[in-house]
Amino acid sequence: MSAFRLTGLCSCRGVSLKVIESSCNLSRNRRGCLQRPLLNGTRLFSSHSLNSKVPRVPTWEQIPEEQLPPPAVVPADLVDKLERLALVDFRTKEGLACLEKAIRFADQLHLVDTSGVEPMDSVLEDRALYLRNDTETEGDSAEELLKLAKNTVEEYFVAPPGNIPLPKREERTAMLKHSEF
Amino acid sequence: APVSSEKLVGVVGLEIHAQISSNSKLFSGSPVCFSAPPNSQVSFFDASLPGTLPVLNRRCVEAAVMTGLALNCTINKKSLFDRKHYFYADLPAGYQITQQRRPVAVDGVLTYSFLGGKKRSQVVRKHVQIKQIQLEQDSGKSLHDDVHSQTLIDLNRAGVGLMELVMEPDMSCGEEAAAAVRELQLILQALGTCQGNMSEGQLRVDANVSVHRPGEPLGVRTEVKNINSIRYLARAIDYEIQRQIGVMQRGGTVHNETRAYDSKSGETIPMRDKEGLQDYRFMPEPNLPPLIVFEDNATLPPGVDSSQVVVVQKIKEGLPELPSVKREHLVQAYGILPEHSFTLVNEEGLMEYFEEVMKATRKEPRKVIGWVMNELLGQLKQQDMSVSQSPISPAALAELLELQETGRVSSSGAKQVFQVMWGSSGKTAEQVIQEQDLGLVSDATQLHNICQKVVDSHPTEVHAIRNGNAKVLNKLMGLVQRELRGKADPVLVMEILKQKTRGGGC
Repeated sequence: MSAFRLTGLCSCRGVSLKVIESSCNLSRNRRGCLQRPLLNGTRLFSSHSLNSKVPRVPTWEQIPEEQLPPPAVVPADLVDKLERLALVDFRTKEGLACLEKAIRFADQLHLVDTSGVEPMDSVLEDRALYLRNDTETEGDSAEELLKLAKNTVEEYFVAPPGNIPLPKREERTAMLKHSEF
Repeated sequence: APVSSEKLVGVVGLEIHAQISSNSKLFSGSPVCFSAPPNSQVSFFDASLPGTLPVLNRRCVEAAVMTGLALNCTINKKSLFDRKHYFYADLPAGYQITQQRRPVAVDGVLTYSFLGGKKRSQVVRKHVQIKQIQLEQDSGKSLHDDVHSQTLIDLNRAGVGLMELVMEPDMSCGEEAAAAVRELQLILQALGTCQGNMSEGQLRVDANVSVHRPGEPLGVRTEVKNINSIRYLARAIDYEIQRQIGVMQRGGTVHNETRAYDSKSGETIPMRDKEGLQDYRFMPEPNLPPLIVFEDNATLPPGVDSSQVVVVQKIKEGLPELPSVKREHLVQAYGILPEHSFTLVNEEGLMEYFEEVMKATRKEPRKVIGWVMNELLGQLKQQDMSVSQSPISPAALAELLELQETGRVSSSGAKQVFQVMWGSSGKTAEQVIQEQDLGLVSDATQLHNICQKVVDSHPTEVHAIRNGNAKVLNKLMGLVQRELRGKADPVLVMEILKQKTRGGGC
């Protein structure tokens, strides 16, 4: 069940020329430097003038290293803890390098002046939260759900006796040595 | 620093999970029902199948606001939902949707009482601060099958709405905690937001216990779980306080751990060994915008559908009578003592029983209370029975009291009748009186004759009475009663004897 419907711009192709022209006029009022649409019948893509929010050329500048805070160090213990918490393997050289690059990329946010601005955690924050009536509308799916499990016992799902403890770091490294990563 | 010579005392804080009484779950339309066949009340969302989204149930929001108002909380007009991540088989999504940052209600107070003092007859009133009330999802149920080394998972409970109430550590012992929980139970039941049955898991209490010397910083706390009744709550807390004091006195240190209460042994035992401190990686729930509740109709945005809003004012106006108000009303309406009205409201069904009896008898309330508290409740407690299991119905008790009022039976006789009625199913008071020949003799002529006989045969005693020794009247009374095998109406007999022994120039 959906709480809201996303009404995005349609990224369909081959829209009639009339629509293109009118939307082009609208955007011309806001940004003067829009090119005329291609009228020779070639296929149009969503990244073209239909979507005026996407700039035609990249607009960001490379931030010089000195302006950023010192790069974060990700010690082995932290990697271990994160792997344990998220059950995700990323301890290969490539995985760690990827993580560090991602953190560095996010470091650019430190340069933005957020004084006096309330933190935002979702672009939905000004949407109304839909409230449902307290009625029974679903839930009779035992058969379908149990079919999804390999192992069931008398209408119960079967799980191991407790959380299986993650093997220690050294053991995991040994296990992963032979994996495809 | 000088060593404090004060004794170590306990510090108790409670975390309570109350299952919201609603038809469907918090974020899905699955039914909420106790004891249904396993996995028969599970929707795709509850099983956390990909592509499903949470949809908030308005009834759960209203329940949380109602409970917050009854506990004098500030209702946050805007509250937020978060994800709390941990792995366990009964939590299919790998996270629980809760309200960690900004819950729906904060800063309340629960006023509770218990009977204290030397004779346990004084109403002692205390307060405990409520830090917050938040909405969150319940997890499924795990049944451990040690024989086959597996756990069976039933997701019927997964996604049911819970109100988590966090109390500040304002309590100091098991008795206080038990009284606070009992009062909360009564409040929730009066509101209808939670049925509060601890044995059915509708109300779950975890206790945070530590010890310290008054004035010094708080000690290391342990969390005590697996408490299934109010009685066990008090015992578990008191045991844990004593255990920690013992550890400290032996020079040891209390470890920050989770312990389970074992009702059989009455002890707390350490639970699962957690690998270091749990990190729940709280993050905002991306699929739910903030929850807005409105103060009153005036603040509503124009043109909004009434089924899409929760208005605090409306809920406030619809609050039912809370237990504390009920107690006051009983004292006012019947003129009974506060400790009696406390017991009436505290014992399940006792107030209704009392009011039924009052409807059917002319006896004054204070005397009826005596019967209800001593005879009725005394017997029920002795046999560990509830009011609903009483073999004597309110109507039957009322009949007995009427017979005593009209002098058909003496008060001691009535107590005997009560005992017989208790043991025999359904016999009326009148039947028992006849069978046991307990009816009072109030025939004036008969009484006069017997009194005269006794007076005539005891001149020394009569002389003593005439000289001012009134106590001797009781001896004569005893003789009269013996003649009538205890069935003389004592009030009448005393009158007649006084008349007959009046001496001097009367």
